[in-house]
Amino acid sequence: MTALFLRDLKLSIRAGGGALIGVLFFLTVVAVIPFGVGPDLKLLSRIGPAIVWIGALLAALLGLDRLFQAERDDGSLDLMLMQETPLVLTVLLKCSAHWTATSLPLVIASPLLGLFMNMDETAIGATMLTLFVGSPAITFIGAVGAAVAVALPRGGLLVSILVLPLTIPVLIFGVSATYAAVEEPAPFLPPFLILIALTLFFAVIGPAAAALALRNTSD
Amino acid sequence: MSQTSLAISKISDLANPTRFLALAARIIPWMGGITTLCFAVGLYLSFATEGDYQQGETVRIMYIHVPAAWLSMMCYTIMSLSAIGTLVWRHPLADVSAKAAAPLGAAFTLVALITGSLWGKPMWGTWWVWDARLTSVFILFLMYLGLIALSRAIDDPSRAARVSAVLILVGFVNIPIIKFSVDWWNTLHQPASVMRLDGPAIDLEFLRPLFVMAIAFTLLFFTLHVMAMRNEIWRRRVAAQRRLAARMASREE
Repeated sequence: MTALFLRDLKLSIRAGGGALIGVLFFLTVVAVIPFGVGPDLKLLSRIGPAIVWIGALLAALLGLDRLFQAERDDGSLDLMLMQETPLVLTVLLKCSAHWTATSLPLVIASPLLGLFMNMDETAIGATMLTLFVGSPAITFIGAVGAAVAVALPRGGLLVSILVLPLTIPVLIFGVSATYAAVEEPAPFLPPFLILIALTLFFAVIGPAAAALALRNTSD
Repeated sequence: MSQTSLAISKISDLANPTRFLALAARIIPWMGGITTLCFAVGLYLSFATEGDYQQGETVRIMYIHVPAAWLSMMCYTIMSLSAIGTLVWRHPLADVSAKAAAPLGAAFTLVALITGSLWGKPMWGTWWVWDARLTSVFILFLMYLGLIALSRAIDDPSRAARVSAVLILVGFVNIPIIKFSVDWWNTLHQPASVMRLDGPAIDLEFLRPLFVMAIAFTLLFFTLHVMAMRNEIWRRRVAAQRRLAARMASREE
């Protein structure tokens, strides 16, 4: 189990600089926004958490289609289907490795972007915390899309189309928790707890559905 | 088709596509007729009733908007049931049903969104707001389109069906969100007024045409669904015949 986790982690870090590309993409998306909405620092600090969240969401989707593709190409996916370890567990581990390699760097990079966006310390801290808690949900939802698209010749774009609508609740509660931390009257805890609940929910649903899809695509 | 016996003793007999086609040929004219009748009565009632004292004539949009919105959710529920049928029993008609329902669901959702937008302009003063109900229905629309794209992207129909079934079931999470979005969040969209535990909060005068229109829409859905399923079965047979013909031709060379 640990071996698989470490193997996936190493692969995704070394192969084509997956983690680095993700962070770079994240930086680029967030850097493009001020050109679109104008360099008004007040406005930027107000919409900053939302921009950081959207950037992280898009960056997390970037490498998702590769989650099972390489395994399918070199045949090790069939071995994973045949081995004694439940496939759900394998998928869960692969998701965790993928999250550690691609989403965790985004969480670590988010304070820097918060500074660019002129957000204050509380907002930066809240964004980082909500991203840390919420981004696993995106990976778990994305695993379903990746498993579904593994059968397709060019599934990358389709994964994003299929997965993005399902990630909207995560985005809503992630951003609203961040805003609640900054603005006084709204309580921080309820949306934050819902965000945690979403992550736990999709940690159960996502790998199970992805495993089911993987079994059905390989025949 | 008429030679096939119509003796359907148990529900599993419907699994035979030929029997299904024979049944469909019998019931489609009836269903179409009843649907037309319901629409005639429903539309007459919708225009015969008085306008609302607050909303005036625009209240009539409700008779299209509300049934379409109900149907958009019911269609997804039927697709989810079909998806279970595909994954659990490998029912040959279940994937046909799910595939045929997706464009219908997308169409009903689009109708609900457009009529809602037309109703929102005079009532709320805006075409579109990002409130919970509107957003979740819009997501539903996107999911229908994504599912159609997915089932078109995979050549092998049985594999496409099983893969889409997984995604349909995951997307079912959205349906309770849509249903309860107006209760969970305080939004511009009015709270549920018909399907309530303590009975409908809406006046009987409006309820009657709404009820008839809802039945008409449901019948319209089932008629179109059976027709679309029939087309899908025929399409698959044509594809199979073509493959067979191609194989024969290549053997003769």
